[in-house]
Amino acid sequence: MDFNFSSEQEQLRDTVNRLIEREYEFNKQRHAIIHSAAGYSEKVWASMAEIGMLGIGIDEAHGGFGGNAIDTMVVMEALGRSLVVEPYLATVVLGANLIQLAGSDAQKSSLLPQIVAGNLKLAFAYSETGTRYDLKRIATVARKEGAGYVLNGEKIIVLHGNIADKIIVSVATAGALHDGQGMALFLVDAKTSGLNITGYRTIDNQRAANCHFDNVRVSADAMLGSSEDNLATVEQVMDIATTALIAESVGAMEALQKSTLEYLKTRRQFGVPIGKFQALQHRMVDMLMYVEQSRSMAYLAAVKVESHDVAERQRVVSAAKNAIGRYGRLIAQEAVQMHGGMGITDELSTSHYFRRLTAIGATFGDADHHLSRFAAGATF
Amino acid sequence: MDLNYSAEENAFRQDVRNFLREALPKSLRHKVLAGIHHSRDEQVAWQKTLYEKGWFVPGWPKEYGGTGWNAVQRYIFEEEYDNAGAPRVVPFGPMMCAPVIMAFGNDWHKQRFLPKMLNSDELWCQGYSEPGSGSDLASLKTKAERHGDHYIVNGQKTWTTLAQWADWIFCLVRTSSDGKAQEGISFLLIDMKSPGIEVRAIKLMDGAHEVNEVWFDNVKVPAENLVGQENKGWTYAKFLLGHERSGIAAVGRSKRELAFVKEVARQEQLDGKPLIDNPRYRDKVAQLEIDLMALEVTSLRVLSAESRGKAPGPEVSFLKIKGTEIQQALTELQMEALGPYALPFFPDFVNGIPGANFVGPDYGPPFTPRYMNYRKTSIYGGSNEIQRNIVAQHILGL
Repeated sequence: MDFNFSSEQEQLRDTVNRLIEREYEFNKQRHAIIHSAAGYSEKVWASMAEIGMLGIGIDEAHGGFGGNAIDTMVVMEALGRSLVVEPYLATVVLGANLIQLAGSDAQKSSLLPQIVAGNLKLAFAYSETGTRYDLKRIATVARKEGAGYVLNGEKIIVLHGNIADKIIVSVATAGALHDGQGMALFLVDAKTSGLNITGYRTIDNQRAANCHFDNVRVSADAMLGSSEDNLATVEQVMDIATTALIAESVGAMEALQKSTLEYLKTRRQFGVPIGKFQALQHRMVDMLMYVEQSRSMAYLAAVKVESHDVAERQRVVSAAKNAIGRYGRLIAQEAVQMHGGMGITDELSTSHYFRRLTAIGATFGDADHHLSRFAAGATF
Repeated sequence: MDLNYSAEENAFRQDVRNFLREALPKSLRHKVLAGIHHSRDEQVAWQKTLYEKGWFVPGWPKEYGGTGWNAVQRYIFEEEYDNAGAPRVVPFGPMMCAPVIMAFGNDWHKQRFLPKMLNSDELWCQGYSEPGSGSDLASLKTKAERHGDHYIVNGQKTWTTLAQWADWIFCLVRTSSDGKAQEGISFLLIDMKSPGIEVRAIKLMDGAHEVNEVWFDNVKVPAENLVGQENKGWTYAKFLLGHERSGIAAVGRSKRELAFVKEVARQEQLDGKPLIDNPRYRDKVAQLEIDLMALEVTSLRVLSAESRGKAPGPEVSFLKIKGTEIQQALTELQMEALGPYALPFFPDFVNGIPGANFVGPDYGPPFTPRYMNYRKTSIYGGSNEIQRNIVAQHILGL
């Protein structure tokens, strides 16, 4: 039982924080980045590559820096604290892990070093209209034709799909899927003919895209690995990404709790700081209590996501996502309420945290989705 | 970071489990798990068994009879202890008064009182609250006047848990009315058999006898029973508050109760199916289980900070608030599991009277009384609102 971070992890946190302080000030660089067309910064991405952030969790054999889910947690929490909108989760967590767990050796050795160097951005296209958070239902199909495949279908809310160099797409190889049997993954260049990518802004000023595959022809080696039975791998990668997202949310919650506390100490009404009022004090205490409860669940998820016991991994990750979904919503709403009208403005960071926490709530399965998965486990 | 237990810790857990399985009487175990009250004799016999094993007061310093376990071992012990269905130790002597005596008492106090706390020859109760002094404890009025080699005590304490079992009471009494209210309070040990003490049971809505009024009418108390300095009792009371609170979240007990809720909900039927399969009920159980998972890790984090030498700070207030919220929610789920059988009231059965009548499932009668009784948890030990005040002041700086 040990809750301490290693000195390497402390160092990683400091390095990431220094980069963010230098290149991601809320009212300056971040403001410009979220209003840019691409919705991310090539300069920051290059800086992230330079300090080694893009190699966290990637095998050293492929140019990465190794590390485990705790290291990823350290990075994600820092990104959450400063509302960083770079495509880190999409590329380094989702994309790189899909390649590591499903890709062939040739794909790993050609693609992973490019990610580490900051030269390859990825997005994972798995979600479809009408399936909500179900990974198993897929109407997008791959038909074998000659030496290659032809892809047809539409994927929605592909995180950072607007700027990805390559899209990883989950498809059915033997007709529409309901149970995940026969799920293949293809790596498709974003510029491939027939692939229409419609990018848009999400509520939290990040970016996503709908990807329409209209007779997209790809070669056989575009298939990630050689398996057409990738459901278990995709579920594992989604759990890894969900765990990372949970860590990000804890960073956001903590920053929001701190700025709200600061506001309570400085905003004056009736001749006193509003933090003198017990009605607000108790709500502030609850906010902090739920930040700590969320942090506990982030730790638990980061440890258990690497468990070989799949049922236990799913149970804990779902518990954690349900918890931070509920607690994060409470914290976000309380922060806005205690800021009064200012909390709803675009000017203050409060509303930006509110938006990010709201978005996280609906990403990779909402609280209800994960409560169902948790309660479907063997412990019920 | 590693949240797994080491091989040594797992072996220790197994030792604790084995001992409890062999030593805990079946009848007592059954009562605790079922929520049926047991007697003073059963309680004392069990505490003596723990004493003989050397495990009665794990948290005491070793020279006084403690185990020398580290924080994680103590947590494991508590978890196994609760899971086994062992009754909670009556905490007032060994967990609350003893640390004050060890820190502020003289040699005579230590020799006179600690051994009998340790072997349970004497049980204690706590004389803090008064009718006019609840959350505002420092306003207490029970007066101790010095007359030569003794004090004369007059006044009334209330909500005194298990005073009917107690041989001794440790009291906060007023020895001065000068200056701030906090500055005239003393910490006094009083023999419950002293002439002039009267214990009156307070009847609660669950039908159990748990708390009492304790009246003091010209009770003569030897001056040597004063712990520490006169008028410094508030300092000792605050010291006590920060002590022995690792079990405050009651995670082990709540895990046991949660398992019980699931077991009951597998037996209860709705629409010809187990109640646990009803999404409305199941989701409430699931959500509570998740809250409890988070609380367990939060408790371990506090514990781990303590074992690195950090004194238990105001963050234990979180454990109290969330722990009691979860305990209360569990009692609601138990009651709801019964459906209409939440209604019949059989206090004799719940009070453990042999052969007492009841209707419905045999696990049913204690549930609604416990739901009612557990409203106390967010009120006692510093109400949850007082806990929030503590955090607001000492952590948030508001």
